[in-house]
Amino acid sequence: MNENLFTSFITPVILGLPLVTLIVLFPSLLFPTSNRLVSNRFVTLQQWMLQLVSKQMMSIHNSKGQTWTLMLMSLILFIGSTNLLGLLPHSFTPTTQLSMNLGMAIPLWAGAVITGLRNKTKASLAHFLPQGTPTPLIPMLVIIETISLFIQPMALAVRLTANITAGHLLIHLIGGATLALMSISTTTALITFTILILLTILEFAVAMIQAYVFTLLVSLYLHDNT
Amino acid sequence: AASEKKLLEVKLGELPSWILMRDFTPSGIAGAFQRGYYRYYNKYVNVKKGSIAGLSMVLAAYVFLNYCRSYKELKHERLRKYH
Repeated sequence: MNENLFTSFITPVILGLPLVTLIVLFPSLLFPTSNRLVSNRFVTLQQWMLQLVSKQMMSIHNSKGQTWTLMLMSLILFIGSTNLLGLLPHSFTPTTQLSMNLGMAIPLWAGAVITGLRNKTKASLAHFLPQGTPTPLIPMLVIIETISLFIQPMALAVRLTANITAGHLLIHLIGGATLALMSISTTTALITFTILILLTILEFAVAMIQAYVFTLLVSLYLHDNT
Repeated sequence: AASEKKLLEVKLGELPSWILMRDFTPSGIAGAFQRGYYRYYNKYVNVKKGSIAGLSMVLAAYVFLNYCRSYKELKHERLRKYH
């Protein structure tokens, strides 16, 4: 049980070639583009969804922040589709790898912070000190705010990794338990199966919510800095 | 000759020469993937009343390919007396 619980998280390599590249690129196949005004149902559905999400997410930004729309929309599409594809049996989810999530979180966070430091230096530095703090507390509070700033990319990456990995692990474990219990006591197996169904529904929700949260937080960091 | 015929019209004896005649350059292979993609897309997705079948066939193929990829680890989890 020990070895094969984590084998589904190993980076797929076939004959030494990185198959993981193909798996990461696969969601792009599911989002076809169309030049037409009225396209087929599939593309229309995706365009409607994308419009809904972009209006909801980018309306809080000013014109400078709205230049990030393409980046944030592709981010939420990528994370959402990758997480949802990971719920298919036997598939590999790239977002379970901390390396990939760090690679997404650090550049985006750094971009937002450096934009703020370059264009609105005073205002972005002022974020380190909340309004109305008593004077003796100021040095300690600045240190705390700096730490909380630098922990933002780590938290973004680790949050996504941990949520998706934990969900997949739970599904594996409870599924294995259901199978093992079937020969011992069918009633318990049925209860475990119900738990599995509920967990799968939760995982669908988590897949989409995590994408949303990631993108929302990046957009918040952007809002602070534009 | 066996040149420029579609695969279903090639006779069995001519099959090796037909295969050797295909364009195996990178742009040829890319062209093959592109033609295959658009053939599937225009038949199942880019239609007036596309259904869930267009997407679910792709996902089923994805699941099957992943199963083939991880068969080596999965065969140890079968219910057999001797592995």
